Amino acid sequence: MRAAAIGKTFTMAETHSLQDLQQPAVSSKVFVQRDYSSGTISKFQTKFPSELESRLDKQQFEETIQTLNNLYAEAEKLGAESYLEGCLACLTAYTIFLCMETHYEKVLKKIARYIKDQNEKIYAPRGLLLTDPIERGLRVVEITIFEDRSIGSGR
Amino acid sequence: MHLGVSESMRECEYSQISTRSSTPMETPYKKRTPKMRKWESFPGRNKFYCNGRIMMAKQTGVFYLTLVLILVTCGLFFTFDCPFLALELTPVIPVIGGVLFLFVLGTLLRTSFSDPGVLPRATPDEAADLERQIDVANGSTGYRPPPRTKEVVINGQTVKLKYCFTCKIFRPPRASHCSLCDNCVERFDHHCPWVGNCVGRRNYRFFYMFILSLSFLTIFIFAFVITHVILRSHRSGFLNALKDSPASVLEVVVCFFSVWSIVGLSGFHTYLISSNQTTNEDIKGSWSSKRGKDNYNPYSHGNIFTNCCAALCGPLPPSLIDRRGFIQSDTPQLAPPTNGITMYGATQSQQSHMCDQDQCIQSTKFVLQAAATPLLQQQSSQPVILTASPENGGSLPGRTSLTLGGPCTSLPLGQPTPPTSTPSLSCHEATDMLPIHGHSHTHNHSHPHQEPVAHHHFLTPEEVPSPPGMLPCGSPLGHSHTMQAGFYNPASQDSLHEDSVRGLVKLSSV
Repeated sequence: MRAAAIGKTFTMAETHSLQDLQQPAVSSKVFVQRDYSSGTISKFQTKFPSELESRLDKQQFEETIQTLNNLYAEAEKLGAESYLEGCLACLTAYTIFLCMETHYEKVLKKIARYIKDQNEKIYAPRGLLLTDPIERGLRVVEITIFEDRSIGSGR
Repeated sequence: MHLGVSESMRECEYSQISTRSSTPMETPYKKRTPKMRKWESFPGRNKFYCNGRIMMAKQTGVFYLTLVLILVTCGLFFTFDCPFLALELTPVIPVIGGVLFLFVLGTLLRTSFSDPGVLPRATPDEAADLERQIDVANGSTGYRPPPRTKEVVINGQTVKLKYCFTCKIFRPPRASHCSLCDNCVERFDHHCPWVGNCVGRRNYRFFYMFILSLSFLTIFIFAFVITHVILRSHRSGFLNALKDSPASVLEVVVCFFSVWSIVGLSGFHTYLISSNQTTNEDIKGSWSSKRGKDNYNPYSHGNIFTNCCAALCGPLPPSLIDRRGFIQSDTPQLAPPTNGITMYGATQSQQSHMCDQDQCIQSTKFVLQAAATPLLQQQSSQPVILTASPENGGSLPGRTSLTLGGPCTSLPLGQPTPPTSTPSLSCHEATDMLPIHGHSHTHNHSHPHQEPVAHHHFLTPEEVPSPPGMLPCGSPLGHSHTMQAGFYNPASQDSLHEDSVRGLVKLSSV
């Protein structure tokens, strides 16, 4: 108990010295893993993590994840558009990508905007932060849970 | 008390582990600006060129051979055979030859230089989270490691996802860990030495186009060289023809042997593409009907045409490893920052791996000083993870190994330690340290003793494992199975052990 308290204080102090005093301390991180039930496509599990229960609505979380899944599905979709792009690229010896972005990259930018938007509107006010899965190699959706500000100031 | 201790640490010139700093760790010995690109501290065994734009495997000798063979044969063809053929037959021949040649070269370079679909290794937080989940699922933290597989049902087929001990992730389906490159690669096909790279999701189509076009080129050259010799021998006899055009002999020989292998390979890969399998799966017979009546390939789209289109013209995913990005110091880590861990976790930048005798001794002193404090209690929630060594020395993929994060070895976390093993923290040189980090180490759970060994070798940034690194075993214990920090059960730890471990973890930042 005492050790935990000391450890916690140490965390406070140390994380404090790592960042500006204004920033809240990180309490924990939740990782939403990939859902491989549909194969190798990028899809994340919509199961609501228990650590977020106090902070977030289950429905909002599911909506965020579902939208992300849909966006990734759009990026990886096999359709006329992607085939056309593939053939065109092959014919131009892939030099065409010096001038234009692939469809996948366009969607990734869209996803980045969406995540930023979600963070601003929903997650940041609740002391949470969504990390773009592309920064984690599309392995997980990392949600950082910040401590309440009242605790995290001063040594 | 901790702060006092950390003060003394600062006095010991651990400038790179200043907790105030939020810039990437700087080594005290190099005066570089901290802005490093991520490729410079990539944990896999790859070579990078052109400031991270080009990525290849470590052994590239055979790739240069391939290049030489193609260039020389084509060079000879264009120099000696084409003039005759252009005059006698048609100038279209060298044109077609030229186009084929350029296509072959282009696809070869694209296959060799691009990222095959490497999966970046898990961050320490992720790895810790996975460990926790696995422990919870398995219930016990006995000596025997829990099986690290997950089952998932894809399209009606049960597929086993294996846990990669090097990369600390559950591998996605169809991914595999390449032991030569020490990376997990998505949709891993095989590691091709001729191309000097792995063939995976992102470069399979280029590989296929390379071998296909090379087959055409080989057959083309073979046919036209033979034609050339025949035409000449009609004029001046066979032997004279050979004398007039000696290069043709060489070309014929090269092409003859190439045709069998390359055309065969193209045929094989055409079959693989049409059934949407990887070489890996085919060799193992994963989806073969011999395994069972209900065994089928869950990834196949159903018909050959769709499979081919998907493999060759489908969307090309971007590289997940962001080679040319700059290393940032991360957002605050969760682990209570014993200095080494924090910085280690903060950046994957190059750690200074120099072990000074002084530093070792001072660290040892610190460790012994801190003996009374069970600081590691906090760490249990975020254990220092034993990451795998960056080089498995070509050994078995998916095995754990300890990192050579620093010069001094430590007792691995998670092992109940007999008290006798803790004290010998003196640094002494191990002549075989460098090769050791190429090995995976076993940990017998019954007696984890290690003699901590220090060495004075440097590790290049590429050899630095993903943080936080635990220190290597002193004595190589053969190949490892699993040895995970998941076993770490602070309650059962000797507090001296905890602290010695913690202190030694600091050394990993040295």
